[in-house]
Amino acid sequence: MDLTLVLAGVIVFGVGAYVILDGFDLGVGILFPLMPDEDTRDTAIACIAPIWDGNETWLILGGIVLFAAFPLAYAIALPAFYVPIMTLLFALIFRGVAFEFRVKAKATRHWWNRAFSVGSTVAAFSQGLLLGGLLEGVKIQGRQFAGGPFDWLTPFSIVVGVGVVGGYALLGATWLNLKTEGELQGFAKRAATRALLVSLLVLTVVSIYTPLKFPAIAERWFGGTHWLSLSPVPIATAVVAISLYREIRNQAHYAPFFYAIALFALGYIGIGISLWPHIVPPSLTVHAAAAPETSQRFVLVALAFSLPMVMIYTAYAYWVFRGKVKPGASYAH
Amino acid sequence: MDALLLSRIQFGFTIGFHILFPTLTIGLAWFLVCFEAAWRRTQRAYWLELYRFWVKIFALTFGMGVVSGLVLSYEIGTNFSRFSDLAGPVLGPLLSVEVLTAFFVEAGFLGIMLFGWDKVGPRLHFLASLLVALGTTNSAFWVLSANSFMHTPQGAEWINGQLVPTDWWAVVFNPSFPYRLTHMLLASSITASLVVAGGSAWCLWKDVYRGAGLAGLRTAITVLAIAAPLQIVVGDFHGLNVREHQPIKVAAMEGLWHTTRGAPLLVFAIPDQKAQQNHFEIAVPKLASLILSHDLDGEIQGLGSVPPEMQPPVLPVFFGFRVMAGLGFLFLLLGAWGVWRWVGGKLEQDRLMLRAFVVATPLGFIATLAGWIVAETGRQPWLVHGLIRTHEGVSDIPAASVATSLTIFVLVYGLLLIAYLYYVFKLVQTGPSLPTIHPEVMRGARPAELTQDPPSVGVKENL
Repeated sequence: MDLTLVLAGVIVFGVGAYVILDGFDLGVGILFPLMPDEDTRDTAIACIAPIWDGNETWLILGGIVLFAAFPLAYAIALPAFYVPIMTLLFALIFRGVAFEFRVKAKATRHWWNRAFSVGSTVAAFSQGLLLGGLLEGVKIQGRQFAGGPFDWLTPFSIVVGVGVVGGYALLGATWLNLKTEGELQGFAKRAATRALLVSLLVLTVVSIYTPLKFPAIAERWFGGTHWLSLSPVPIATAVVAISLYREIRNQAHYAPFFYAIALFALGYIGIGISLWPHIVPPSLTVHAAAAPETSQRFVLVALAFSLPMVMIYTAYAYWVFRGKVKPGASYAH
Repeated sequence: MDALLLSRIQFGFTIGFHILFPTLTIGLAWFLVCFEAAWRRTQRAYWLELYRFWVKIFALTFGMGVVSGLVLSYEIGTNFSRFSDLAGPVLGPLLSVEVLTAFFVEAGFLGIMLFGWDKVGPRLHFLASLLVALGTTNSAFWVLSANSFMHTPQGAEWINGQLVPTDWWAVVFNPSFPYRLTHMLLASSITASLVVAGGSAWCLWKDVYRGAGLAGLRTAITVLAIAAPLQIVVGDFHGLNVREHQPIKVAAMEGLWHTTRGAPLLVFAIPDQKAQQNHFEIAVPKLASLILSHDLDGEIQGLGSVPPEMQPPVLPVFFGFRVMAGLGFLFLLLGAWGVWRWVGGKLEQDRLMLRAFVVATPLGFIATLAGWIVAETGRQPWLVHGLIRTHEGVSDIPAASVATSLTIFVLVYGLLLIAYLYYVFKLVQTGPSLPTIHPEVMRGARPAELTQDPPSVGVKENL
């Protein structure tokens, strides 16, 4: 068995889990300043307070398993994205502590509200910059990053940044639609429609721009009969987007959230198809970055034992906090 | 300043800031387990008050630990990318296991611990508290294993320019690991016990929440009186281990420039690295040899046995060690004082002791931080002892990037620390306020079975 492929699969899964799980609670933060009043904001926070920490842990997992299984990719990509990564970390710091400080503050509460919403938005935006910068490629010499500190900053990466903000807002809005009722749910529905439009717009831009700019990506999607064998991806994306829109209109509670996840999954698969077999495009492949086999084995044994457990008790924690969150529900402890 | 020095300052600053919070939460998590167990067994309201109060401090501290810890998992790559490439195959897997078996457990069950009182039964709630405590301790296990490898590496060899593990058992249980893990867990217990003792003594001093204050102080004194002497013994064993594997670090701790038989213990001195000598020495003859080799005439290797560029910065190691060890003995005395008054039934009457405990609240953090400075500065100029030099590990990034991020870290962390302390003080002033949930819920009844009685648990005992 090719352990490298299995570990690449784990990272794909981990990053995917992060994007969807932290995506929806970052999305709640992005929508936070637009909500009708302070009461609905309290309810919105109560929808994510018990689970956000677990959601963010997937980001640590993604980073550390990359370090363990593909140390060369970790060593090249992280310095290349020094500025957006530091921005992401600072944003997540403010977002994270705001959960704790906000409830305890009185006079300074609006400051922590701002820390929460700005932190969430900037975190989402910097993740988009990272993705855009990665798609554009990283300059490598030997075993090190050889570019400048702002290589990642392009009009394209900014567009992707906006797309991630819109996409997370979509996840957040559909999550609030699922978890709440009344005024906040009404707000969530309106927000979901708008966020869907932003996400689809950016998705389209990426789908047109990347094959035009990068011949390798064009070849991957349109060379030979690839366009036929890969056609289910764009078709499914269109079907999911339309269903999502209709379910929001139909006042469905659960369906929009799961369609939003499906939309993310399809976009994610699309990016995977464009990049494969590179882990840091344009030149570092998954196999070239792989750790020695003893390291891979160690990580895989740990994963085999603990990942199923993690998923079971994460599901359990979600189950414990299932159901609609009533307005005025306390999340103080 | 170059990117290397700035990156080192930034990493030292961010990890030093981070360690403050886990140091408290590892110990405090077990205090919470004790409080909840005592509440379940005795149904006495003050145990629940203690739990409900300290869990707030715990949540605040845990949050700070999470956000400052996330930084570290990326900072290794951003600032020490060559090191990530060279040592990733060893350290990455160890840290992965930490994330998988500790962080997820903590994060998964913390939500239930904090918000789950009326969602799960009391047994499951207790299980959640217990799993969070086990998670924090397990996290210490793996992080200390990875860190100890950097001090006493074994079980790995150079293959194709990377440090590759050949024997995982040897890597995980490297020679300094058992001592350093025990040392850290005890430091955590002592720090948490001083914090709980400080808060409880404050209540008794102000004559509020007498039941909770007394129960909290007794629990804290018990932990302190066991952990403080044990720490001195473990510290001694740890010292022998360091002398065997990192003799130059010991020489820096002792301020010993020349290899000496019957080396003196320096109570005070100002080490002068340029002149390779000390000023203003106050020495106790032969004591260093006795402590480090358990022999009055044991030979202690001096700093001068290696060229100056292979010596660690002596000043911070020398003074850090004195601060840590001095506080360690102070903790022993504090524990003994508490036990003496407890046995004599005068725990509440000794106002001076209560005040001493209040003042001692932050000292565990200072001792822990001083200890980490000794350990990590003393490791220099090595990143992984004997295998990778610190300057070989740094990323090839512009100094301006690091200078900017370092400045922001200092500002942001300064702000956070102020906010954290402010809210902790606010919580302490409010005290163990009334729980917002009905007491029957905590005894396992479902919300639907409850009557409309107002909450009665947590009413001040002295009212």
